[in-house]
Amino acid sequence: MAEKRSKKLVQGNEACSEGALYAGCRFYAGYPITPSTEVAEILSARLPNVGGKFIQMEDEIASISAVIGASLAGLKSLTATSGPGFSLKQEGIGYACMAEVPCVIVNVMRGGPSTGYPTGPSQSDVMQAKWGTHGDHPVIAVTPAYVQEIFSETVRAFNLAERYRTPVLILYDEIVGHMREPVTFPLPGELEVIDRVKPTCPLEEYLPYDTEYEIAPLAAFGEGYRFHVTGLNHRADGFPTNDSKLIEKGIKRLTGKIENHREDIWKNEEYLLDDADIVVFAFGSTARSARYSVRKARENGLKAGLLRPLTLWPFPEKAVRDAVVRAKAVIVPEMNLGQIVHEVERCACGVKVEGIFRVDGEPINPRQILDVIEKYR
Amino acid sequence: MPSGAVAEKKTKSSVPFDYNKYLRPNKLPHIWCPGCGHGIVLKSLLRAIDKSGLAKDQICMVSGIGCSSRTPGYVDFNTMHTLHGRALSFATGVKLAKPGLKIIVTTGDGDALAIGGNHFIHTCRRNIDMTILVYSNAIYGMTGGQFSPTTPPGAMSTTSRYGNMEPIFDCCELAKAAGATFVARGTAYHTQELERTILEAIKHKGTSVVEVLDQCPTYYGRHNKFKSATQMMEVIEKEGTVSVSQADKLPPEKLKGKLLRGILYRTERTEYCEEYRKLMEKAQQTK
Repeated sequence: MAEKRSKKLVQGNEACSEGALYAGCRFYAGYPITPSTEVAEILSARLPNVGGKFIQMEDEIASISAVIGASLAGLKSLTATSGPGFSLKQEGIGYACMAEVPCVIVNVMRGGPSTGYPTGPSQSDVMQAKWGTHGDHPVIAVTPAYVQEIFSETVRAFNLAERYRTPVLILYDEIVGHMREPVTFPLPGELEVIDRVKPTCPLEEYLPYDTEYEIAPLAAFGEGYRFHVTGLNHRADGFPTNDSKLIEKGIKRLTGKIENHREDIWKNEEYLLDDADIVVFAFGSTARSARYSVRKARENGLKAGLLRPLTLWPFPEKAVRDAVVRAKAVIVPEMNLGQIVHEVERCACGVKVEGIFRVDGEPINPRQILDVIEKYR
Repeated sequence: MPSGAVAEKKTKSSVPFDYNKYLRPNKLPHIWCPGCGHGIVLKSLLRAIDKSGLAKDQICMVSGIGCSSRTPGYVDFNTMHTLHGRALSFATGVKLAKPGLKIIVTTGDGDALAIGGNHFIHTCRRNIDMTILVYSNAIYGMTGGQFSPTTPPGAMSTTSRYGNMEPIFDCCELAKAAGATFVARGTAYHTQELERTILEAIKHKGTSVVEVLDQCPTYYGRHNKFKSATQMMEVIEKEGTVSVSQADKLPPEKLKGKLLRGILYRTERTEYCEEYRKLMEKAQQTK
């Protein structure tokens, strides 16, 4: 008899943990922080069961550092945090970008700044996700909106990290993190699971940043390829360089490896968008309200549609440009004081863009969005 | 002989040691200034590694940021030059992921005890198997000579223009109190002894910390009126220390102001990865 998929009522953070295990994650290092802690709690029980490693580190910086170390030793690695911890992890995220070490970082967004509102939802870390670590660097961030989607997007995040040798961020807010919804767990093999490409060349010929490749194969420590890794600008062999030509080439390759593959990384949901002249652009739990508002607006005879990015970074420029062709307005609800709205504006080809912002720790409700849609009747 | 003493036997060998066996080709000259002690420490470390019998593939050397943290770039192991202060956290990830690797961390007094102080004490507490070499020259060399947590009170530096007003961290006392199961101190002056101390540290199962007193003539020396690197070695490393085996025989007044050299503390306690292995067995039984 064929194996049956199990269906369970689970919390967003649990779906994330299970998604990570499905993707082959075998290392977690973290530090307790609300509202992400359940990921650590669950993996502390689950990882030892499957021969994986869990460690609770002394702080967030240590956690991301251990994650990078474990990934270089060959294990798919994860850490989860929230606002203040995300700030601390920026140092390590930059290192993972520069040294091109695959890893996944979950940020269950809560209200800020500083300690802010630990149990209230927010979407105010989206620009930090893009620019939080210093220097020009590539960023991939995914933004699931449903518990089922947290599972599948976590698997996708690991796949992107492994394929592009880069840290991948999973951004969801406290609402979906703590929400319980039925999740159907896919069977092994049902979802694609990508593993990093490992070198097959003779040991002495291995270059960890071989420019013959756009993304070079990555060896694991302890398997014969004795290579060097640094956060300094480096040459193809991984050793530091002060050569200005090589520095520029290196940074451009680093950002280019993501920019050149945006089509592969982008993922959007389009809802009633085909003929829409009022476009709502929303992600995460806000998109759930937006979806309801769009349906209500249609019932009221308005041509509203929803563009929901599952990949927020790199920003879905093309999808926005395509969506605004017929639009008279783009509405951008977000749980912050206006962050992604500026990105939308940049791509909206002059179409009127209006934001709906909220920072009181309460979700943006469908009524708020519907009221703005009605303005464009 | 007291249990902590390092044997003072001179090693005699007619064949000169071949450092090139462990150095990466074409990576020299190193960045260290003339008179710096780091190269001497590296040589002692390589001889110790050779004696340990570890294969190059088995070793992962991890460092943070600073002069001492450039060490991994020169050696032919699995090597990682990481973030300032975070070497031990990266190393913890590597070790837990691949417990078969021997981890050696090269770090400095600023890297290990200031910005990395939290990671230092918690690594010691976990007793995860790794050898931590703290190159302690009492100064931030890479950034041009600022005082560090091991700069003695009164010493001059580019950020202590009226004499350092802060007390020091005793690296070895800190390591011991935090839970390290092997704690030792050596110097760049006593090279043979340092080699033996590092070898014992490498052989130890658990967190082993070796503080190595060495000299920064460029910054610490210049700001504190030392005439040369050799004078620094004589005053700070030779006259300023006494081995634990000699210390037992000396009256207290002769020990005043001197730091102890050799293996200061050694004990047995379950190592972290070993403990984790047991945890996995338990978890898999209760599945």
